[in-house]
Parts: sequence; structure tokens; C-alpha cells
Amino acid sequence: MNETKNNLLQLPNLERHPFEPRALKSILLSTITVICAILACVPLFSVLVMLIYRGGSRINLELFTALPPTAFQFDGGGISNAIIGTLFMVGIAALITIPFGVLAAIYLAEFGPYSKIATIARFSAKTMSGLPSIIAGVFAYAIMVITMGSYSAWAGGVALAVLMLPTILLTAEETIKMVPKRMKEAAFGMGCTPSQSMTKVVLPMALPGIITGVVLAVARAAGETAPLLFTAIFSEYALEPNDPTASLAVLIYNYSNSTSENQLELAWAASLVLVVLVFILNMVSRWIGSRTRK
Amino acid sequence: MNSLLQDDIILDCRAEKIFYSDFLAVRDSHVPIRKNQITGFIGPSGCGKSTVLRSINRMNDLIRGFKFFGSVQFHSMDIYDKKVDPVAVRRNIGMVFQQPNPFAMSIYENVAFGLRLNRFKGNMDEQVEKALRGGALWDEVKDKLKKSGLSLSGGQQQRLCIARAIATGPQVLLMDEPCSALDPIATRQIEELMLQLKERFTVCIVTHNMQQAQRVADQTAFFSVDISVGGRTGYLVEMGATKELFSNPQEQLTKEYLHGDFS
Repeated sequence: MNETKNNLLQLPNLERHPFEPRALKSILLSTITVICAILACVPLFSVLVMLIYRGGSRINLELFTALPPTAFQFDGGGISNAIIGTLFMVGIAALITIPFGVLAAIYLAEFGPYSKIATIARFSAKTMSGLPSIIAGVFAYAIMVITMGSYSAWAGGVALAVLMLPTILLTAEETIKMVPKRMKEAAFGMGCTPSQSMTKVVLPMALPGIITGVVLAVARAAGETAPLLFTAIFSEYALEPNDPTASLAVLIYNYSNSTSENQLELAWAASLVLVVLVFILNMVSRWIGSRTRK
Repeated sequence: MNSLLQDDIILDCRAEKIFYSDFLAVRDSHVPIRKNQITGFIGPSGCGKSTVLRSINRMNDLIRGFKFFGSVQFHSMDIYDKKVDPVAVRRNIGMVFQQPNPFAMSIYENVAFGLRLNRFKGNMDEQVEKALRGGALWDEVKDKLKKSGLSLSGGQQQRLCIARAIATGPQVLLMDEPCSALDPIATRQIEELMLQLKERFTVCIVTHNMQQAQRVADQTAFFSVDISVGGRTGYLVEMGATKELFSNPQEQLTKEYLHGDFS
């Protein structure tokens, strides 16, 4: 008894011992984590540096306004049709998937979360979100290109829509579900019908999250190549939605095999444009996401 | 029951059995609610007092597996009748929740929300001011009606929720532990407000705080949990005038609970 009392009164040893094995191990392990974190930044930055180095010289007004050069044209030319084509096809895909995906998500999150349809839809969306993009291309080829008899921007848009739908649906469902239950209760307590509660209270609160999901889906679709190879292929002419249509991704794919130095340079420049586009879209989605927290 | 007082009863809740899926949550609870009085619901956790309260305006319909056997007579209608629209019920029987839950919109819009739902055609500004005065909040917010309802303090948010609920002129106001997330000063303000509100409305309040029930409630219903048959089923032990119930409880269980001997 007396002994423990003495122990308690003794001043504990609080000094730092930096060379103890325990302390050394801690330093070693935390250093490794820092190194790994730095290494994780390397791919993005090296890609960016390389793209700026190889493609930066062609970033000028002509790139954004002129049509691609022929294989025998040694300088000049741009990728305007590919930029417009990418935006056009992603736009079609967004027009198809946003209403479709968001309305379906409302059903999954609110009206019939446990129904059979909801379970099946959720399962298929989750499966689809891992779908290899080339399958989306083959699918759109079968239903659009074969029936319409031609490669077209429409077919490209449908192929991208197939890829975007699961992302939009699942993120929208998640954000709608994340709206606090007490907000829904408040709406119902005020005498809202389920659809009034959705449009007046839940959707406004979920909107930033839904937009984030849409932007991320768009960013992913903008860089897809495989689905467009089967549906829109490529064109050297200005956008004509019923005909084959150029896109940044396919332009990069085509020109990177080219023997023409001019086309090779354009492939690099197009890569840079595409990466910057995806980068901007990601920034936008993060900015919108951060505004939700208020 | 005294037949003379029968006329005062605005809501007659007879919860014979309330289930959540297979779970019997409440049984045999007859709670008559008197007009322009405050009825307090007290009892230990899990005794079903909130469940009964939320059955009165069919808020429990939102819970999967909820089943109500019995009746809630409101005027001449049973609100569980098939012909009754639960949305219409909730527009006449307002609710204030445990967590203050103003909408993520301006103070003004929060109060105008219910009026807009009901397609109110009169002078909106006037009606909003009236409701905010009714919620004892006007003086504090009259200069910042455009500010978000979420920028207010907890107690102010709760009074905003009360103003929002009374803006549409419901007859009954249900309050589910409205002060449990608030500090004592805000609690006191809400209690004073409740005493004002009962002149115009009928109020039911669930509370864990027995002093609160004594301070505000005219009638008090004491619920308890029956664990004898395996489940945890809540039921009404006794109900009566608050003074009477606290000074002279009829049931042994009530006596023990009020004295804090409850295990």
C-alpha cells in the first residue's frame, strides 16, 4: 500500500528519447507514408509536364478554330471539329441521362426504395458502372449505327449515355438519401405531398451533389475513346450530326499513329486540351461540392 | 369520464395496438386531448409516447411497417379512415420536432412555406409577421428576414419552426420533445411561448422532463413499458389533470416513476 503511494508521488519520466527503437520505427514509417504520398502525385504531374512540353507549342487560336490538316499538309490546321464533336456528343449524352438518371434516382431513394424495380435498377446500375466502355460502343453500334446505316454523332452520344447513366443515377440516389431525415419530416409535417417534399425541400438540398455527379460523369465520358470508335469514328470535316463525327479522344488515337509530324503534334495538343477539359470539370465539381457544406 | 367535459375533447386518440412490422410498440392507450389545453406525455424511454404523438397526425405513415389499430377521432372524422388524406390531416395538425429543422431557406420563406403550400392569397408579409410574433421571434428577426433560417441559434430555430407550424393556422400543435436539444434559457422561452399558444391552439407535448410537464401541461398522460410478455410494449398507465397526477397518482407505477424509484 505504502509502496504504491510512493510510486504515485514519483515524478514520471516525460523526457523525449529520439533514438529509442520505438521512436525510430515511428519516424521510419511516417517517412515511408510521405514518400508514397509524393509518388502518388507523380503520374498526374509527369503526364501534365509531358503534354505541355510536347503539345504546348500548338496551343494557339488556330488549334481551336481550324479543321484538321491532311496527311500531306506539313503545318497548320487545328482540332476545332474534334472539340465541337466531343462537346456535342457529351451534350447529347447529358441530355439523355440527366433527366432519366435523376428521376430514376428519386424513385430509388424516395418512392420505392425497397421495391423490386428499385432493387433491380440499383443492381444493374452498379453492374453497368463497371461495364467496359468498349461494350457500350458495341451496343450503340448495334442499335444505332446498324439501324441508321451510318456512323453518327447521335450514335456516339448514345454510347456515352450508356456509360454516364449509372454514375449519375447512383450519385443522385446517394445525395438524395443523404438529405437529413428531419428535413423530410419537416416537409411532411407541414403537409407536403411526397412530390412537394421532393421538389421544394429535398431536391434543392441535394442539387449540388447531383450536379457533382453529373459533372464527374461528363468528365469521364469526355475522355472515352472505345465507345466512339464504333459509333462516331472520325471525320476531318466540320460537325454534321448524321455523319461520322470527330472527337478529341479518337483524334488522339488516330493521329498518334500518324507518320505526319504535323498530325503527331496535333495529337499531343489535343491530349493537352482534353486533360485540361477534364481537369476543369473536376474543379467545377469540387467547387460545387464545397458549396453544399454551407 | 365526465360527460360535461366530453365536448372539450378535440382529439380522441384510441391507440389499441400500434405495430412496427411485427413489433408491438404500443397497446391500449386511450388519450383524449382537450381543446385549448396543453397535454403532456411523459414516461421512460421506449414507452411509446412519441409513437402515440406521431400517430395523431399520421407522421408514422412514413415509417415502413407501421400499422395502427384503433382510431383518432378529430371532429367527426377518424383520421385513420380510408377516406382521409393524411396530407390534409398534417395541414390541420401541425408538428414541431425534437431537433429544430428549419428549411435551408430564408426566415421569411420558412414561415411562408406552409402558406404557399395552401395557396394563401392574402397579404403574405402580414401573415408572416403574425406567425413570427406568435412564435415570439419577431423582435429578434424583423431586421433579417432574408437571412437563412439555419443562421439562427438553436432556440431561435425552434421558435421559427413553431412560427412555421402555426402560420397556416392548424388547430392542434404536436411537439415531440421540443426542448431536449436546447439550453435552459431557450427552454424557458419555449415554455412561455407554449402557455401563450394554448389560447389559440391545442398543444400536445412529449417531454422527458417532469418539471417541464408540471410547469406547462394541464393534462398529463403517463406511459410505461411492459416487458412482461417478452417485447417492450408501451402503454398508457394513467392520465389526468397534471396537479392531480403529480400530487396523487392512482397507480403504483406512476408513483414510483414520479419519485424516481423507477428501475
